[in-house]
Amino acid sequence: MTDLLANKVADPKTTLHGSSAAADDASEGMSYLESLPRRLVTLYLPLGIIMVVLLFPFYWMALTSIKPDEQLLDFETYSPFWTWNPTLKHIAKLLFETEYPVWLWNTMLIATCATALSIFASVLAAYAIVRLRYKGAQWVGGAIFLAYLVPPSILFIPLSTVVFQYGLFDTPFALILTYPTILIPFSTWLLMGYFKTIPFELEECALIDGASRWQILVKIVLPLAIPGLISAFIFCFTLCWNEFIYALTFISSTQYKTVPVAIVTALVDGDIYRWGSLMAGAMIGSLPLVILYAFFVEHYVSAMTGAVKE
Amino acid sequence: MTDAVLKSRLDKRPIQEPTAWDRLKVNRNWLGVWFMVPAAAFLILFLAYPLGLGVWLSFTDAKIGRTGEFVGLENYEWLMDDSTFLLSVFNTILYTTVASVIKFAVGLYLALLLNERLPFKAILRAVVLIPFIVPTVLSAIAFWWIFDPQFSIISWSLKKAGLISTNIDFLGDIWNARWSVIFANIWRGVPFVAITLLAGLQTVSPSLYEAATIDGATTWQRFRYITYPLLTPIIAVVMTFSVLFTFTDFQLIWVMTRGGPVNATHLMATLSYQRAIIAGSLGEGAAISTAMIPFLLAAIMVSWFGLQRRKWQQGGDND
Repeated sequence: MTDLLANKVADPKTTLHGSSAAADDASEGMSYLESLPRRLVTLYLPLGIIMVVLLFPFYWMALTSIKPDEQLLDFETYSPFWTWNPTLKHIAKLLFETEYPVWLWNTMLIATCATALSIFASVLAAYAIVRLRYKGAQWVGGAIFLAYLVPPSILFIPLSTVVFQYGLFDTPFALILTYPTILIPFSTWLLMGYFKTIPFELEECALIDGASRWQILVKIVLPLAIPGLISAFIFCFTLCWNEFIYALTFISSTQYKTVPVAIVTALVDGDIYRWGSLMAGAMIGSLPLVILYAFFVEHYVSAMTGAVKE
Repeated sequence: MTDAVLKSRLDKRPIQEPTAWDRLKVNRNWLGVWFMVPAAAFLILFLAYPLGLGVWLSFTDAKIGRTGEFVGLENYEWLMDDSTFLLSVFNTILYTTVASVIKFAVGLYLALLLNERLPFKAILRAVVLIPFIVPTVLSAIAFWWIFDPQFSIISWSLKKAGLISTNIDFLGDIWNARWSVIFANIWRGVPFVAITLLAGLQTVSPSLYEAATIDGATTWQRFRYITYPLLTPIIAVVMTFSVLFTFTDFQLIWVMTRGGPVNATHLMATLSYQRAIIAGSLGEGAAISTAMIPFLLAAIMVSWFGLQRRKWQQGGDND
């Protein structure tokens, strides 16, 4: 049974590389039936179109952020799809004339703290549900899954009064303490799947040797669950970075805002050339996540599919 | 021999009766409670309590800075006569239905394409997910710029191609605005659907397709009678999540249109923000949010039955 589960969790890796044992087996398979022209029309053409549509907004974002002002809005004299004189003016303006670095720092700080808190709480909860199996653990597991389905859009109104009551309004703590409600259900659910794959025998040995539950968790289970922890960490971090409605509602002073909120509320002014710095802001705001994603693609995919499959 | 060694050791030590504290220390229920404390504290203080408070607020006339009086169903009665609210319900249902159906169709198609033998497969699959990881607000701003009334690159390209003569007013016209935000939502949701369905597709054994081909099945029949039934459980879960997050969407709309023009793109979430936070009537806003709960429950039921069916299909246990 453990093998089966291990396969299930290892599976997302093959999602990216597409070389599961079964697929290797059919490397030739029936594909000789398909001629190149046929593949061109049924496969490469639609795939190409979808990829272009998916990526064009990013290309447009990046291009706009490096276009000089006079080319920004004039599509007739200059070709809109390329520029021969890129400029860093918009990016420099953003970094040195606005509070953008502060917002970036806020986002990073809030995302890191909220993620760390959530992972800590989730590790304990997931371990208890999967391995301590206290009375009613199954029900608690189900309740946590239900909590995952409660969206922030129906919680932000009462939460704003709660945040106000606790005296957290307009402080970074309002976000650091509320984001875990989105993150804990997800990462608990994910980690439960990982903990199940760790052989129970290892824990039994440790118990016989006199280890306490805490020691078992820290010295045996966690080192073995590192891939799961990385997945949970990255996914939580991305969710925090992406969160908008709480940040919009709970934070009112500019110096505490996060990047998504600040761009929408503080960076939009009447200037018709604002598009350059807006796009630069959007691009720089997404870069940290894209870089993180590039390094941990497999973990990210396994987090996403793992959460759906479990 | 081991027994002998153990015995001699035990003989040397005085035997101690385990105290009540010792017993409690290894009691799994007692330990379980302590392990659950951090998660439970967060979820009760910031999720369960606000959820209940939200329902309570919807029965009061609370305003920002003033706790309300209980007014019964007044907020809901008020909403039933409010054409803006009814319009937002219509918009939300339109938005969710159209976007979810297209996301499912395109996502499944993309997953099937990516499941073929391709050069640069790993890179392609990694790139597909980028729209999903970039913060929604930031890509919504890019769409805002792409849909600009004067300097839209789409209008320009269509004009160059000779298909239209004047700029399209993407976000200023009622139906154009609706289709534009739906398009942006689909754009963001397709990668998630595609990659998760792809993970499901890879568990389907190729020998099933070979057997079906030998039996003379056409491409459509192979999809209809092999791929689709094996994929149903994962489709159920993915689509539940997709519907749930589309239904409660806030970010895209708020950045691109703020509910305009003439409330044509107001969803229930954006309307509740408008009423509760901007206009300050917490009670009314809470009533709008609470009105979303029945729809969400319906989505959860679908997910539940999807999961049940999965267990039954695999004949497995609950692990």
